Amino acid sequence: MTDNNEVLLRVENLKMHFPIFRGIVFQKQVGAVHAVDGISFDVKRGETLGLVGESGCGKSTTGRAILQLYKPTGGKVFFKDKELTTLKRDEMRAVRREMQMIFQDPYASLNPRMTVGEIAGEPLIVHSAASPKEIQERVEQLLELVGLNPRFANRYPHEFSGGQRQRIGIARALALQPSFIVCDEPISALDVSIQAQVVNLLDELQDKFSLTYLFIAHDLSMVRHISKRVAVMYLGVIVELADRESLYLEPFHPYTQALLSAVPIPDPFAEVNRTRVILEGDVPSPVNPPSGCRFRTRCPIADKVCAESRPEFREVKPGHFVACHKV
Amino acid sequence: MANTNEVEPKSVGARDTLLTQKRESLGQDAFRRLMRNHAAVVGGVIIIILILLALLAPWIAIKPFSEQVLVDQNKVPKWLVSVFPSLEPYAVYSNDYPLGADYVGRDLFSRIIYGSRVSLTVALIGPLISIIIGVIYGSISGYFGGWVDNIMMRIVDVLYAFPSLLFIILLMAFFRSPISDIQPGTFAYSIKELDESLGGMFFIFIGIGLTAWETMARLTRGQVISIREKEFVEAARTIGASNARIMFRHILPNIVGPLVVAETLAIPGYISTEAFLSFIGLGVNPPTPSWGSMIADGAKAIRTYPNQAIFPALALAITMFAFNFLGDGLRDALDPRLRGTQ
Repeated sequence: MTDNNEVLLRVENLKMHFPIFRGIVFQKQVGAVHAVDGISFDVKRGETLGLVGESGCGKSTTGRAILQLYKPTGGKVFFKDKELTTLKRDEMRAVRREMQMIFQDPYASLNPRMTVGEIAGEPLIVHSAASPKEIQERVEQLLELVGLNPRFANRYPHEFSGGQRQRIGIARALALQPSFIVCDEPISALDVSIQAQVVNLLDELQDKFSLTYLFIAHDLSMVRHISKRVAVMYLGVIVELADRESLYLEPFHPYTQALLSAVPIPDPFAEVNRTRVILEGDVPSPVNPPSGCRFRTRCPIADKVCAESRPEFREVKPGHFVACHKV
Repeated sequence: MANTNEVEPKSVGARDTLLTQKRESLGQDAFRRLMRNHAAVVGGVIIIILILLALLAPWIAIKPFSEQVLVDQNKVPKWLVSVFPSLEPYAVYSNDYPLGADYVGRDLFSRIIYGSRVSLTVALIGPLISIIIGVIYGSISGYFGGWVDNIMMRIVDVLYAFPSLLFIILLMAFFRSPISDIQPGTFAYSIKELDESLGGMFFIFIGIGLTAWETMARLTRGQVISIREKEFVEAARTIGASNARIMFRHILPNIVGPLVVAETLAIPGYISTEAFLSFIGLGVNPPTPSWGSMIADGAKAIRTYPNQAIFPALALAITMFAFNFLGDGLRDALDPRLRGTQ
């Protein structure tokens, strides 16, 4: 991995609220799901930023809002020197060559009516990047690159296993030679034995093409393996962001501590002695999130301050950011 | 000649041929499954025969459909008496008419053959109208969603509640009434002329078109919405595909199956609507034969000459069964959950 400090993607105070409507004919907005509520981070060229959190905390929404698949409610997304949220459709189309996505569900993310070759070659057609013959050659290269037999090109997705399908999805994402890829839980739908293969493939491709990943996952050990830095999300906000080692060895935020204590240790003796921080209650509704600190309703150390003001996202150690009043 | 077929390209090893062989497309796969469904094949064959009958009617029918031989009124062929013994006291035999003659001495067989033209035209026009209007309307509504969807679907709701049958009856009462005084050169007159030139089928098209597309629009909308949320559509957005490309390459190919099935299963409905309108005397203009109007004629003498109502009714029933069987077979063949299974 190259170790430069050029920021490729910067997210500033990104907000994504989904309105809730009521009424059949005359609809009015009665509230909003605060899926992502003001998050900021940056991703440096060539690195992998892991984004972890439990289901429904807004990780995937963050990824999609960055790619402008959803129109963000507020905030800014800078990619290279372009601000994406204000781009027009055509301008955004051009930027899409540079940023791609790998999807979670390898069954739902491939059009069952298109052959593998058509799927992997579609980005080239959409951007009229090559002639039909070149596309065919490029598709063969791509399939080989992701470890599939190029002769599979005129087969349909339903003839492949989950891991192979995920490779097809990766080939599609690579077709336009992007510099940034959002990996939206690319391995969580796969068998454990296949997960490692796909992660290693992503690793290899990153080295080969100096790719930058935003790696969304809920599996902490997998994120630890692939990421350089890790951000922890809870209910639409980032609670902690740090280098991998720093975060895993010395988590500051009580939520991160609870999460890490829940990771099983593949050693029966150590596993017995593992102390777990058990969180009580459920994640509050993102429609009506708690005041102040989002985590205070389940936090073991919360007090009055936490209900009054939203904790600032501050740097407690170089490169280690935490949003907690108690740190 | 037979020997040349046996010269095959040299085998390259089982594994290799498996990989390089031309894959069968999903359409071929569905066709293969359809062919294994005997009821559907029978239905399909009957429909093909019907289409041939309708196209070749002038050569198959033994008499012109409107030729009246008044001396042959209600004549029956000999074999019919063994099927309908109740005919015996009234029967005047004549083997010139395979299924008998009607109350003005027209050949029933020829009229049934010609009657298939009306039913099949309706079976063609009905889906055409509902697919053209319904699918376009439903796709726009489902794809764009939000207030566009809301307004478009409320319009459909209103039209759905519209008493279209009553409307058709009113239209016909207005345009076809012998005492209505429509001046030549007006718009109403040209509609009247159009209706007459189509043998009275124009208003049947209107009647079917008014109601058929709404169901189709709703179905299409629902299907589009369910596909629109799939990840592969999102993937297409991520690579920068245009709305048109997403619609035509990603969404429509995935919903075409349910739409075809729904439309095939709706055809018997169109046919029976036409038969019903003709039965109550609001369908095709006499002497154009339609199974519905023939049943109506035959019903008046059903106790004495049951053949005059039963044969057109049988033709109608067989046609509707055939379309239903084919529709059922298509549904099974195109159901994605069954794809790839034996």
